Amino acid sequence: MHRLWKHNIFLEKFWFLQQNARSLNSKIPPTPIVKPIEENKLPPRTKIDQKTIDLLERLSLVDFANKKGIERLEDAIRFADQIRVIDTTGVEPMISVLEDRTLYLHDDIVTDGNCRKEVMSNAALTEESYFVAPQGNIPLIPRDSLLTEDENLDQK
Amino acid sequence: MSGNVRSLLDGIPVAVKDNYCTRNIETTCSSRMLESFKPPYNATVVQKLQDAGAVLLGKCNMDEFAMGSGTVDSIHGPTKNIWQSGEKYTLLRNVGERATSVEQVQGCNSTHGSKMVYQELHHLSSHSNKEGSSSPSEEGDWFIAGGSSGGSAVAVASGAVFAALGSDTGGSTRNPAAYCGVVGLKPSYGLLSRHGLIPLVNSMDVPGILTRTVDDAATLLNILAGHDLLDSTTVQDSFIPLDLSQDIDISRIRIGIPKEYNCPGMSDEVMETWSGVADILERAGAEVVQVSMPHTPSSIACYSVLNQCEVASNMARYDGIEFGLRTAENRSTEELYASTRSQGFNETVRGRILAGNYFLLQRNYPHYFLQALKVRRLIAQDFTHAWSSGIDVLLTPTTLTDAPRYSQFISRDNREQCASQDYCTQPANMAGCPAVTLPIKLSKQGLPLSLQLMGQSYREDVLLAVAKWIETAVDFPRLQLET
Repeated sequence: MHRLWKHNIFLEKFWFLQQNARSLNSKIPPTPIVKPIEENKLPPRTKIDQKTIDLLERLSLVDFANKKGIERLEDAIRFADQIRVIDTTGVEPMISVLEDRTLYLHDDIVTDGNCRKEVMSNAALTEESYFVAPQGNIPLIPRDSLLTEDENLDQK
Repeated sequence: MSGNVRSLLDGIPVAVKDNYCTRNIETTCSSRMLESFKPPYNATVVQKLQDAGAVLLGKCNMDEFAMGSGTVDSIHGPTKNIWQSGEKYTLLRNVGERATSVEQVQGCNSTHGSKMVYQELHHLSSHSNKEGSSSPSEEGDWFIAGGSSGGSAVAVASGAVFAALGSDTGGSTRNPAAYCGVVGLKPSYGLLSRHGLIPLVNSMDVPGILTRTVDDAATLLNILAGHDLLDSTTVQDSFIPLDLSQDIDISRIRIGIPKEYNCPGMSDEVMETWSGVADILERAGAEVVQVSMPHTPSSIACYSVLNQCEVASNMARYDGIEFGLRTAENRSTEELYASTRSQGFNETVRGRILAGNYFLLQRNYPHYFLQALKVRRLIAQDFTHAWSSGIDVLLTPTTLTDAPRYSQFISRDNREQCASQDYCTQPANMAGCPAVTLPIKLSKQGLPLSLQLMGQSYREDVLLAVAKWIETAVDFPRLQLET
């Protein structure tokens, strides 16, 4: 029985390597089922305005760098718009795949610590045993709008 | 040094992706932000490898902060796929105890004692390094390794290491494994500890395992799996080590083919590969049925929203104060953070942070983030329905094509690429279920074509048993570099 099985595997391998016919196994979908959602079914394409740019840069503390960055965001929003047309009435949000399990607790015992040197070993700037930061509560200095970036480049 | 063998991995060379913390060894995540970061501790899975006696050969290249599907966005340069790279290699077919085939390619018997080709590893992972290259192709004409764990995949494919760790958030282990012709396992969420794995998306990240064979993947899994007190997202169930020594009776297995996984852009060769393996399984007596997972088409858009939102949160820790890059900016903390982060992150990372914060704005929160959480449940339910209808494993493609050329890949930006490359891989991350990619055959271009199997959570035993059966049946040639 085992020999027969081994022989079958050999034949399978041979057949598989020879196959180049276009006919697919009946269970394989021959054409893509997915059709891209038509533009008119989606909400209107979002255009980012200056107020949003400023807000996002302040919240993220990274900058868009250039107009391409704004276009990239608009593309990302457009791509995400696909999920807005899905009917989710009565569906609960799924925060974690482990939602059916209880988060467990630890005993309140110290099991770690006393490693200040290691904790501070990667800081670029320290003073004695302190991390160092500049003054806070000073708003970011506004800069030229990226939306008019092309115009500014033309004028230069 | 007591002379006792610690485990199957004692003395075996391994490598880990550069987003795993390795004590006193640079862990850069391929980003300027962490360019000189040396963690003072080992990630749990790295520690487990060390305790088992494995030898860490090096850290592997990746896309910056694991954002990407090509391993092209890295401060260390892109990683080339070893297949069709111009490096000379032979193809070995595994003449193991199972096959009666006497088909031998170039007369070599394959063993696990792969040569350690250190210089090849370095050479292969650096685009700018021209030494020893015998490639007649021009620069930019090579094939990508996939991402974001491209370095790990090439390290295993080239034989430099026995196994490598990657990470998998949306397919980052399976995508490069598929392109590089190695086994890429994404374990169930919560099975392996993420302590010390620099996080991308906390609700989807898992450590990934890349090896040459399914048996090796099981060996690694047995060593790495298990509850970790330091990671509260690991499950407390006791892990039963896998034993793949018994042949599975394939006639008792029900394979599901989800029809929504044929997506636009999928190549004929991938379709034929998918079909061919379905045929083999059917002829061996397995029950192969078509199933529907109707929310699959929206999965990738949903994934993009959840990914960007979690990224916006996870990247907030990089402020230049406690670790990482710090610019000389002195005017205020806000200016310091902003300038450090703008210099430390590449466009892709910044783009995702901005997009994530956009979706989390009060006015957008219910329409994007909350909606994505609901869609995630629908996607997870697609899987649950498949399992409750009696399906043991799902068989799908891993990627849409064989490995793309570098010049073609970079013609679309990172965001666009991820939006199509991850189609088949990210649903498993959304549902948390285990998935494995295995190489099946070579394409017309001589590049690996792979398929993916997905299984029920914490049922890696069934998943890998079926994977091993297919692996034996297709006998994918192993690449051995000529030195």
